[in-house]
Amino acid sequence: MTEYSIERIREQFPILNQQVNNRPLVYLDNAASNQKPNAVVDCISNYYTSYHANIHRGAHHLAQLATEAYENARTIIANHLNAHREEIIFTYGTTDGINLVAQTWGRKNLKQGDRIVISGLEHHSNLVPWQMVAEENGCIIDIIPVLSDGTLDMAVYDQLLEKKPKLVAVNQVSNSLGTVNPIGEIISKAKNINACVLIDGAQAVSHFEVDVKQLDCDFYVFSGHKIYGPTGIGVLYGKKAILEAMPAWRGGGEMIKSVSYQSFSVNELPYKFEAGTPNIADGIALGRAIEFVNSLGLNAIRAHENLLTKTATQRLLEVPGMRLIGTAAEKTSVISFLIDGLHPYDVGTLLDQLGVAVRTGHHCTEPLMNALGIPGTIRASFACYNTLKEVDIFIEAVKKASQMLS
Amino acid sequence: MTIEQRQQEIIEEFALFDDWMQKYEHIIELGKELPVISAEYKTDDNIIKGCQSRVWLHAEMLNSGVVHFTADSDAIITKGMIAMMIRVLSDQAPEDIASADLHFVNEIGLHQHLSPTRSNGLLSMIKQMKFYSLAFQAKNNG
Repeated sequence: MTEYSIERIREQFPILNQQVNNRPLVYLDNAASNQKPNAVVDCISNYYTSYHANIHRGAHHLAQLATEAYENARTIIANHLNAHREEIIFTYGTTDGINLVAQTWGRKNLKQGDRIVISGLEHHSNLVPWQMVAEENGCIIDIIPVLSDGTLDMAVYDQLLEKKPKLVAVNQVSNSLGTVNPIGEIISKAKNINACVLIDGAQAVSHFEVDVKQLDCDFYVFSGHKIYGPTGIGVLYGKKAILEAMPAWRGGGEMIKSVSYQSFSVNELPYKFEAGTPNIADGIALGRAIEFVNSLGLNAIRAHENLLTKTATQRLLEVPGMRLIGTAAEKTSVISFLIDGLHPYDVGTLLDQLGVAVRTGHHCTEPLMNALGIPGTIRASFACYNTLKEVDIFIEAVKKASQMLS
Repeated sequence: MTIEQRQQEIIEEFALFDDWMQKYEHIIELGKELPVISAEYKTDDNIIKGCQSRVWLHAEMLNSGVVHFTADSDAIITKGMIAMMIRVLSDQAPEDIASADLHFVNEIGLHQHLSPTRSNGLLSMIKQMKFYSLAFQAKNNG
């Protein structure tokens, strides 16, 4: 592998080279959405300027080029996850993928009194869709509690499994705290009692290689924009046999085999779940984004991010009243913190004035924040293009904000 | 002093600041100086929930025919912004509050605090201040 050249990487992200409030932008909101390399932006532009056409149905040249590119992206994604092409469903994003599973597999299989296990670290998008099914079908949702260091209480998980849940739905990585959950163990234990398992990989895919066959999960979902790809596109992986048994969800073109006024028959996988003209440009560009991360190597990206995270974490402790939220041994490049006596919103506002983009608030994990007894956190998150110099600017900005507010 | 005169006063004050830091230090100071809201009004009924910071707002019609506001927030910058809103809108006639154009926020370069993406409760607070005024006005006329 070639040396990890941060200069060469940053050259591919022109958005980073700008001033915010008359200071150089330091973008540390990567867990919300990371920036897009030229390869991805050019890919979208090239599609619309060279070969845009509606896919699959056309007999003409452009339709064929567009179809090939879109289906090629599906193959890239399938290879990246070690899945088959027909197991890769394009969605609008993680939330859409979870809703698809909840509204099809969930509504069909989760019955009155059935139990669903989720974790206390879930984003609202892996809670609310299940609450909707549970309300309709009369199911019970059990929560794996979160310990004070931000890890899951696996002893309670074992107890919850004794109640024979039908479904276990957890994230691989917590968006609020960066905790890496032991999904290997979670999945294998769930499989021992024949529970279905959905893994929300939104916060994992830009840091870890994912092998769905080895994991043996039934569903794996993620968003394109969290892996240097476009917004509005995401992926649902599902085991073929399960996807085949699932009813279709959205009806329309593309998802049907034949239609009469009396009835319709559904198309084969993966098209069965892709009604309507898909997000062709962003699907193609997602394939390109995955090629981009693979060209750097996820292990190399993670090693770089770990250096930034470790350095920033140590230096944040220099700030009086610093309280780190989430101190698990296994974490991604997310640092959630509070400063005693200061509101996260105030700190975030001043950091923005200093050119540093972080996220403040409950990060769409309101129940988690309530369980931790805090209003929210300030969250900084690093990506492949951040630098140690930016860590310095960030630390100095936190100190300045803290001083102004105290 | 009219709402417009009070806005002009704030604009002149802010013109004295050379940089953003002085400006924010001033807002933080205003937040600290905001009179404490009476505990009986700091209730869930009076809460305006932003995603980021929470705002409590209480309004009452005084015998003199003006609307008096008291408010609080858990975030100090939001509180500083509230202090300015109260300075401009409190103790004014309800019809003037309801029709007020709060252009000073733009002119002192703090309009981003009223952006819906901030969801700090400020935008909702202004709506609520106007709503109270309309309600008081309707009551008066009725």
